[in-house]
Amino acid sequence: MNTFVQAMLFQAGYNVALVTIGAILLGVAAGSAGTFLFLRKRALVSDAIAHATLPGVGIAFIIMTWLGGDGRSILGLLCGSAITALVGLIIIEWIPRRTRLPEDAAIGSVLGVFFGAGIVLLTVIQTMSSGRQAGLESFLLGSTAGMLFEDAVVIAIGGFLSILGIWIARRPLTIVAFDKDYAISMGYDIRKIDLLMMGLVLGVTVIGMKLVGLILIVAMLIIPAVTARFWSNRTDEVVIIAGFLGGLSGYMGAILSASAPSLPTGPIIVLIAILLFIVSLFLAPNRGVFSIFMQYRKTKSNIHRRQGLLTIAKGKDVVSPFTKKLLLNEGLQGLDGLTSKGKELITKIHIDENRWIAAKEIYPDKDMSKNYGIKFIEEILTMDELTNLDQYIKSQKFKSRSYDY
Amino acid sequence: MITEFIQFSLTPILIGILAGISCAIPGNFLILKSQALIGDAISHVVLPGIVVAFIFTGVISTIPMLLGAAGAAIVAVLLIEIIKRLGKIEPGAAMGVVFTGMFAFGVLILEQTDTSKVHLDVEHALMGNLESLIWLKAEGWESLFDRDALSTLPDELFRITLVCGLILFLTLIFWRWLKIVTFDEEYAKTIGIRSSLISFSLVIITAIAAVAAFESVGSIIVIAMFICPPAAARLMTNKLSTQVIWSIFFATLSAIFGYIIAGYGPHWFGGENAVSAAGMIAVFSGIILMLTCLYGPYRESVGQKKV
Repeated sequence: MNTFVQAMLFQAGYNVALVTIGAILLGVAAGSAGTFLFLRKRALVSDAIAHATLPGVGIAFIIMTWLGGDGRSILGLLCGSAITALVGLIIIEWIPRRTRLPEDAAIGSVLGVFFGAGIVLLTVIQTMSSGRQAGLESFLLGSTAGMLFEDAVVIAIGGFLSILGIWIARRPLTIVAFDKDYAISMGYDIRKIDLLMMGLVLGVTVIGMKLVGLILIVAMLIIPAVTARFWSNRTDEVVIIAGFLGGLSGYMGAILSASAPSLPTGPIIVLIAILLFIVSLFLAPNRGVFSIFMQYRKTKSNIHRRQGLLTIAKGKDVVSPFTKKLLLNEGLQGLDGLTSKGKELITKIHIDENRWIAAKEIYPDKDMSKNYGIKFIEEILTMDELTNLDQYIKSQKFKSRSYDY
Repeated sequence: MITEFIQFSLTPILIGILAGISCAIPGNFLILKSQALIGDAISHVVLPGIVVAFIFTGVISTIPMLLGAAGAAIVAVLLIEIIKRLGKIEPGAAMGVVFTGMFAFGVLILEQTDTSKVHLDVEHALMGNLESLIWLKAEGWESLFDRDALSTLPDELFRITLVCGLILFLTLIFWRWLKIVTFDEEYAKTIGIRSSLISFSLVIITAIAAVAAFESVGSIIVIAMFICPPAAARLMTNKLSTQVIWSIFFATLSAIFGYIIAGYGPHWFGGENAVSAAGMIAVFSGIILMLTCLYGPYRESVGQKKV
C-alpha cells in the first residue's frame, strides 16, 4: 500500500513516474483519437492497424541488424511498424472503394494477413544469431518490466505530440464525426479528414505498442470512447470525457502495476477502462441502463395514472391490477372512490385533455403526439405558447369537450 | 523423399486444409451478412477461455481447453449482443469492448498463476504448432492402409476432420434456410423461418470452427481463413453455391502452398530453418485475395465505373 501511495504521487522512483506519465498521456491521446473513430462507426479499423504493425517491427529489426546497428532501437522499430500499419490502412481504404467487398471484410483480411506475415518474420528473427534475445514478443502483450528510459521518453513525447495533433485538428474531425453530409456541404474533403483521423490513431497505436501491446492498444482506443458516449450527446464533450477516462485508466493502471509487480500494466489499464465502462453502462444519466429503466417505469405509471383516473371519472371500473395498485399507493383513490388529491388531479387532467385537443388545432406542425397521454402539455410548451393556448380555449372558436358525466 | 513427405508434411497439410475449409464455409455467410469480424472477436477470446480452463482443471489437456475456449466464445457472443442492445452501441464497437476486455482478463490471470507451462501455450494459441503434428510411424503411401501406423496419426487430425465434416453436413442440410436468411432476413421472417435462430446457430458454428482450428493451427490462420478465402470467392462469382466452392478451393490452395513455402521455401534461399507455417498460410490467403481484388471477374460493385 505504501508503494501504491508513493506511485500515486509520482514518488516511487524515476522510471515508475516516467511510465505513469507516459500511460496518462497515451490514455488521453488514445481516448480522444478513438472517439472520432468510434463516432465514424469504424472502431475496429484500429484492430487492423494494430495487428498490421507487427510485420513492420520484424522488418525494422532485420534491416537494423543487417546494417550492423542495434536491432532493438525503439525509434527504428516504431518507424517500421508505422510504415506497415500505413500500408495496411491504405489497403483497408482501397478494397471497399475499388471492389464490392465491405469494409469489415477488408479490416479482417488485413488484420489476419499482416499478423500472419508478422509471425513469419518473428520466426525468421528467432533463427538469426542476434534474434534470440530480441524480445520482440513484448510488442504482442506489452511490458513495462524491461522498459528502458529511452522507451518511456518516446512514449511520453509521442503521447504528447498525438494530443497536440488532435487539438490542432479538432474542428474538422469533430464536424465530420458529428455530421458527414454537413461537413461535405462546408467544403471539407471527407476522405482526407478520415485519413488524418486514421493517421492519428496509427500514431497512438505505434506509441502504445511497447506499453500495452498491440492487441490491447485497441482497447484503449475503443473502450473510453464508448464509455464517454454514455455521458454526453455533444461530440466535443464526448472527446474530452473519453480523453479524461483514457488518462484516468492509464494513471490508475500504471500506479497499480507499479505497486504490485504481478499486475501487468497493459491488462490492468484495460480492465480499469472496462470497469469504468460497466459503471457507465448501468449508472450514466439518460443513456445508462438504470436510468432507462427508471424512465420506462415513470412513463408506464404516468399512462396508468391518467387512464385510470379518466376511467373512474367516467364512472367505470378500473380493471388493470397495476392501475388499481398504483392509484391506491399514491393516495389518489381510497376505499370509497377518489380522494381529494385524486379529484384535484382529475380536474387537472381534464384541463390538460382539452389543451391537447386545442393544441392540435393551433399548433398542427408541432410534433408532440408522442407525449400525448404521458406528459402534461405544460411540460412541453413554453409559457407564451401555453398562454396563447388557454386564450384560444376560452374563445368562441374552440369547442371544448365536456366532462360532465 | 516420399516417406519423409508423408511423415512430416502430409498430416500438417491435411490439418491445414481441413481447418481452412472449416473456417471458410461459415465465413461465406458471415461476409454476406456483414459480420465478418465476429471470427476475429472469437479468436481473441480463445485465450481467456483456455486460461480459465487451466485454472479450473489445473492440467494442460486438450478437452478442457477446447471446452473453455468454446465457452469463452459463447460468453463473448452473448456479451456483445447484450452490450449492443442495453447500451445501444454499434456492433463493431461492442465487439471491440468485449474481446479486448476478455483478452486483457486472460492475460492478467495468466500472469497471476504459475504458468511456466501455460505460457508456451499462449504463443501456441497465437501461432499454432502445425509443424509438430507429424506422423512418424508412416513408411510410405502403404501406411495409409496399415492399422498400426494409422493409430499414431495425431489426434488433431481426427478432431478437425470431425468438425469439418459436421460443418459441411450442417451447411448442406440447412442450405436453403441459410441462403434465404443471408440474403433477405425480412423475407425469411415472412415465410416463417426463425432467422434469429439461424443467425445465432451460424455464430455458434463459427465458434466451433474457430476453436477446433485454433487448437492445431493457431488463431492467426483462423482470422485469415474466416475472411480471405470467402472474400476472394465473392469476387469470382455471383452465385452463393459457386462462391462456397471457390472459397473451399482457395482455402485448400492457401494451406498447401503456404505450408510448402514455409517448410521448404527458406531452403531455396539458402536458409536453414523453416518459418511459421500458420503465418505463411495466412499470407498466402492474402495474396489470393489481392489477386482477386485486382483481376476477379466480379470485383466491381453494381454500377461502379470500370477501372
